[in-house]
Amino acid sequence: MGNRDAARLSLFLLLAPLVLWIGLLIILPHLGIGYLSLREKVAPRVYQFSFANYVDFMREPIYWNTLLRTAVMSVLVTVMTLVVGFPIAYYIAKVAGRRSRAALFLLCLVPLWVSDLVRAFGWIVLLRETGLISGFLQWSGLARGPVELLYNDATVVVGLVYTVVLFMIVPIVSTLDGMDNSLIEAGYNLGGSRWTVLRRIVIPYAMPGIVAGCIIVFMLTAGSYLTPILLGGKNSMWFTEQIYEQFITRYNWESGSTFGILLLAFTSFVVWAGLRLSGQSLATTVAKG
Amino acid sequence: MRVQLTTTLAAAALLAFSGSAQAETLRILTWGGYAPDAIIKEFEKKYPGTKVEVTLSNNEEMIAKLRATGGAGFDLAQPSHDRIFAVQKEYGVYKAMDLSKIDTDKIAPNLLEAVKTNTTIDGKVHAVPHQWGTSGIMADKTKAPNVTGWPDLCDPQYQGRTSMRLRRTILLGTAFGMGENPFEAYGDKAKYQQIMDKVAEKLIACKSIVKTYWQGGDDLINLMKSGEVIVSETWDSTAYRLYAQNPNIVYVPPATGALTWIDTFAIPAKGQADAAAYNWINFVMQPDIVKLMSASTGATSAVKNGADLLPDDKKAAVAAAFKPKDLENLKFFANIQPGIEDIEGKVLERIKAATAK
Repeated sequence: MGNRDAARLSLFLLLAPLVLWIGLLIILPHLGIGYLSLREKVAPRVYQFSFANYVDFMREPIYWNTLLRTAVMSVLVTVMTLVVGFPIAYYIAKVAGRRSRAALFLLCLVPLWVSDLVRAFGWIVLLRETGLISGFLQWSGLARGPVELLYNDATVVVGLVYTVVLFMIVPIVSTLDGMDNSLIEAGYNLGGSRWTVLRRIVIPYAMPGIVAGCIIVFMLTAGSYLTPILLGGKNSMWFTEQIYEQFITRYNWESGSTFGILLLAFTSFVVWAGLRLSGQSLATTVAKG
Repeated sequence: MRVQLTTTLAAAALLAFSGSAQAETLRILTWGGYAPDAIIKEFEKKYPGTKVEVTLSNNEEMIAKLRATGGAGFDLAQPSHDRIFAVQKEYGVYKAMDLSKIDTDKIAPNLLEAVKTNTTIDGKVHAVPHQWGTSGIMADKTKAPNVTGWPDLCDPQYQGRTSMRLRRTILLGTAFGMGENPFEAYGDKAKYQQIMDKVAEKLIACKSIVKTYWQGGDDLINLMKSGEVIVSETWDSTAYRLYAQNPNIVYVPPATGALTWIDTFAIPAKGQADAAAYNWINFVMQPDIVKLMSASTGATSAVKNGADLLPDDKKAAVAAAFKPKDLENLKFFANIQPGIEDIEGKVLERIKAATAK
């Protein structure tokens, strides 16, 4: 009897931080935001229940264009991150020696020790018109005049890939780590080419890590704020920026909340659609991994 | 163990109690440079019971912060004079000011009057002036010698070499540059919308000429210093800072009049240290403190002889920038009426979302 109570108590204590965290910092604020998004301002200090904020969103092409653009670019970033990250993860998990593996892993983590802002600023120093790369191109004669590499979509995508690639590498490394090398050898012994082994053995095994990585990367990218704004400059258009504008410069908490809810719903939908299209489900991939 | 714990707790409680009995905290919500450490030290020396805590912000965030708490969390705020009326009507985040507690005879009468008329609601004044300055154009005169006003920002001969801050100031400046008077249209929303539509068209067309939109003073200084930008919208104080380092970069008050702002003192509705707040307001109007303050803010104090109390390098920069006729032509930001910011916000969104050709 006492034993069971103790077990219950320890379960309760173990779960308490998680429940508090999710309840107080995630569910409660979202309820608040959901409530705000359903208020319409009819006069100063007078509000009423309505869906006007959602209707406004649908009516204004600028808003939903920005949301779509953010989603498309986030998908692009996710794909590129996978392309860049998978070989690195494979190398760390399967090719590198035991000692260099730790060092390589650490190298991937190093950028995380510096804040987002500083990393974005690093890119600015490199890419601006009077920056290092422009200077190098002129010095080497590859470019005649100064080259401006900032303030366009390509730069934003590169910057975002750089910021999030780690979140792709880590889950893939950890799934591939658990893979028995003899599986790969068996594949070769049975006459499989490199490509077949990769496609039929390695990738299916790494799928939980790939899906987990893609979800994390997509969500992080769609919700990022600093990188698109600093690198995109006059041409940046990111949905989070719209949310900030609504809350801070337009004092319009109601429509800011609406945008927040819509971003959450839309990105969740994209993740769900992605899982469906690739024939995966959370239970067989992330939970298993 | 338990005894020890109780005594520490009691000691802590005592400390907290004695702390609250003696030291009062003055929490100031203000702009970067408006409460420098040197002045805080002097103030705390004169009023040993008061500790000063500073939170740095800007107009929009100040309002957002005060609105979030209904005016709690701070004892003194410094919004610009035109940002008080509508916000106070809408959210009620400030207290009325007791002018008898302020040495109003030290304040420049025209500025005091301007702030009074702008912030009086139901016969009660909600702010007093502190620092003032203007928004206009800054140019590197070795590369752009003929700059005279807002339209130069969109002049094709400076292709890729101009910058601006995508906020309401540039909308107003561009409107003046096109021969309109947006302040006069504040009362007439349809008219204002019309002007803003024209402004939006102009600024969207201008997007390919602008290099990028600057976000803050340091950002702008980098762009100008590196030579990437040669003509830009600016706060005069930022231009003066650059003038001290490179006398070729000058502030140009636009021909249509430099847009003039006044940063004020206002007391948040749930402020808990009004006495200390009034002490601070009076303290920073003393001549020697005014000098320190102007050196730190780069702006001119709203006291009677504010211009004389500028540091020498700033005086030189002002002399290089302003002719007497420019000073007569200052355009004070008019009170933002409710609804105006919505129109401006939508226009800004449109400009931001448009693609540069």
